[in-house]
Amino acid sequence: MEPPSASLDPLASAAGGDGSPILSINGISKHFGSLIANQDISLSLHTGEIVALLGENGAGKTTLMNILFGHYRADSGSIEAFGKPLDQHSPEEALERGIGMVHQHFTLADNLSVLDNIMLGTESLWKPFSRRHGARKRLKQIMDDAGLSVDIDSPIRNLSVGERQRVEILKALYRDVRILILDEPTAVLTPQEVDDLFILLRSMASRGLAIIIISHKLHEVLSISDRVVVLRGGRVVGNARTAEVDRNQLAEMIVGRAVERPSVVARPAGEQLLALKAITVRDRTTRRATLNRIDLQIRAHEIVGVAGVSGNGQAALASVLSGLCTPDEGEFILQGEVMKRPTPRMLTGKGLARIPEDRHSQGVISEMSLWENLLLDELGQQPVWRMGLVLDRNMARHQACQLIEEYDVRCHNEEQPVGLLSGGNMQKLILARNLARSPDVILANQPTRGLDEGAISTVHSLLIDARNRGAGILLITEDLDELLRLSDRVVVMHDGHMSESLPGAGLTARELGLRMSGAFDNSPT
Amino acid sequence: MRLELRESVPWWLSLSAPLMAIVLSLLLASMLIVWTGESILDAFRMMAIGAFGSTFGLTETLSRAIPLTFTGLAAAIAFRARFYNIGAEGQLYCGALAATLVGTGLLELNAIWMIPLLFIVGALAGGCALLLPWYLKTRLSVDEVVTTLLLNFVILLLVSYALEGPLRDPMSMGWPQAAPIIDSGILPALVPRTRLHAGIYFALAAAVILWLVLRFSVFGFSVKALGLNDNAARHAGIPAARTLFWVAMLSGAMAGAAGVSEVAGLKGYLTLDLSPGFGYTGIAVAMLANLHPLGVVVSATFLAGISVGADSMGRSLGVPSYIADIMVASAVLSVLIGLMLSRYRIRR
Repeated sequence: MEPPSASLDPLASAAGGDGSPILSINGISKHFGSLIANQDISLSLHTGEIVALLGENGAGKTTLMNILFGHYRADSGSIEAFGKPLDQHSPEEALERGIGMVHQHFTLADNLSVLDNIMLGTESLWKPFSRRHGARKRLKQIMDDAGLSVDIDSPIRNLSVGERQRVEILKALYRDVRILILDEPTAVLTPQEVDDLFILLRSMASRGLAIIIISHKLHEVLSISDRVVVLRGGRVVGNARTAEVDRNQLAEMIVGRAVERPSVVARPAGEQLLALKAITVRDRTTRRATLNRIDLQIRAHEIVGVAGVSGNGQAALASVLSGLCTPDEGEFILQGEVMKRPTPRMLTGKGLARIPEDRHSQGVISEMSLWENLLLDELGQQPVWRMGLVLDRNMARHQACQLIEEYDVRCHNEEQPVGLLSGGNMQKLILARNLARSPDVILANQPTRGLDEGAISTVHSLLIDARNRGAGILLITEDLDELLRLSDRVVVMHDGHMSESLPGAGLTARELGLRMSGAFDNSPT
Repeated sequence: MRLELRESVPWWLSLSAPLMAIVLSLLLASMLIVWTGESILDAFRMMAIGAFGSTFGLTETLSRAIPLTFTGLAAAIAFRARFYNIGAEGQLYCGALAATLVGTGLLELNAIWMIPLLFIVGALAGGCALLLPWYLKTRLSVDEVVTTLLLNFVILLLVSYALEGPLRDPMSMGWPQAAPIIDSGILPALVPRTRLHAGIYFALAAAVILWLVLRFSVFGFSVKALGLNDNAARHAGIPAARTLFWVAMLSGAMAGAAGVSEVAGLKGYLTLDLSPGFGYTGIAVAMLANLHPLGVVVSATFLAGISVGADSMGRSLGVPSYIADIMVASAVLSVLIGLMLSRYRIRR
């Protein structure tokens, strides 16, 4: 089933330059109960073309790709690849027909080498020996052709995120994929790695590979794709050549109305609210420092942005600041008081609010109702607790209704379980819970991850309002656009170290990117 | 196919789960009754009469429901916090042992003082039996299912040693049983010439108090939050270890109280066959009640009725009384499915 040739060139000629699409999706519809996930979606892909599939969360991108991959079966419509319909509805069929996918979360075995990872699943289990020599030769050939290089004998755990992604792409190419789908490929990359990836994708496309990129980052889409297809509410609302549209048009297509992301107006910072001095946190088992002598201060009236590729100590920083982890060394000072063994409740009492990284698992309790979730932070403290002990349920419901109204949380009523809210509304609920007590310090960890444009601008204005009222905010985010737009100062984290703070005004993504890859460690800044 | 949360669960739907479960278990049992060749109607009639149809039957059922209510409450509160205490059986014997130590002549007080004292001592002993599992779980994250389950056997062996040695009643003619509880410690009988005793008041009070605590207190809210999502609860500042400590103490206390009510109410002295697995059946009671403290009272009575009724059916018809165990097991299984379906709906 594997043709011996690994070159992509014959494919280009096989598909022909006659302009007939190699993949056509015709009128796909898929409903989940009353929810319309996909409605009459048509899409075509030509050899050597890069198509960006844009849309908010829940616009139907993932459903469409799952249908293409045979995970779901469409209610109606058909898919043709290379002139023949895909009718088995299985991932194996998609692979066999030359359709490969690189998922947002990589599917690699950390302890195996690159070569083993790529060979995994391509050979019959009944063969007594694996043919590694041939595989190695073929892989070298593919790497030369595509112009990408990875050390094929090094175990995956030693590779950077960018390299791991290249392994995923190689894995697809090794299986003779002619249509490659990348799901949010830039989510985990630094700007430099994004540039490298795009150069690679361009060169592969010029060799005849057809590529679909699923994304919600507009500027990246504009720089890489030939054509943009925009989904909204399960329908195709835009299909244009990239050269003919601009950013604002696209943004409007995605959301369905004009959206403006708010940004901060510079103002002098106030007194110091929180300070970390030489904070070190070591991993409990490996004793490796996940935070290495971090210094940080947050003052009133400012937003401090933390940039960095995920996994460089942000998680440890967040858990120290939320009181879930006591640092091994260093001083944590909040409102002028040294916190020896902080607990989350203690910090809440001292005016700290947190927006946890993962809404679903850390922010809310999905099975509890809205009004119960609104009580979580300050049990026994608010007036709904008579004598600090006995819950007045009616009063709690009443208070919840007010907050729901004030923060515009869209829901049926305050009794419904939080798990049924959309991501944006869930985040608004978490913000309501935290901001209602006018905190002095706010730890916002990925506050807009996975939210749609409308919700993002709401979250941003709430954070900016809090800052203007005098709160100090630490914003940990992977979205550089958000970071640059909101931050008064920016610090960069790399491998547990933190850079000096840089003024937010005038900072570019490129400068940040250099520091995110660790340039501040050895070069004087 | 996947499950998704319902927007709201109407009261009739959440109530229908246990009812459906009961119907389902009766259906399953009737298939077995048909197999034995008896009439289904006769069999169920005999069961109902045996359990609820006479003073004797009713009092037997109620007196059996007392320890089941206690152990059901023990499981209900622990399971609500996802502290899976499988050791109620052991804690029951701890409570009984403590009541025996204090109540066989160490102290002599009026009944008004003596009976509450026995319950307090027994509850404390039951709670303390969970200290080690609590410590191991919160500090070293050792699974409490394993530790509480294994402690049952440790405690049973300890009781066995005590009954063979230091605590053996010299008047017991060599039987492994402890000296009887003194008269002022004995729970008075409520109906003459039956075994129903005042322990039932204690069990009902415990259920009501526990319900109020879980529904209206900070502690109850913390327990609910921890049980549903401990990660989010911790992030919100709910002290997990401290809350679980009180959960463990309360759960052990309920199981210990079951031991006290058996020793001081039903039997009058401690033996090794004090409990025919009340600790384990308590888990079924709690499950059938969807971990609701007031529901526990109802489901304990129901399960007690089934086993008393099945005994009486076994005596009068040719249907083995083991059918009670099958009914209990199938009721628990079907109530779990029913509860899931009442909270989630199935989407394809």
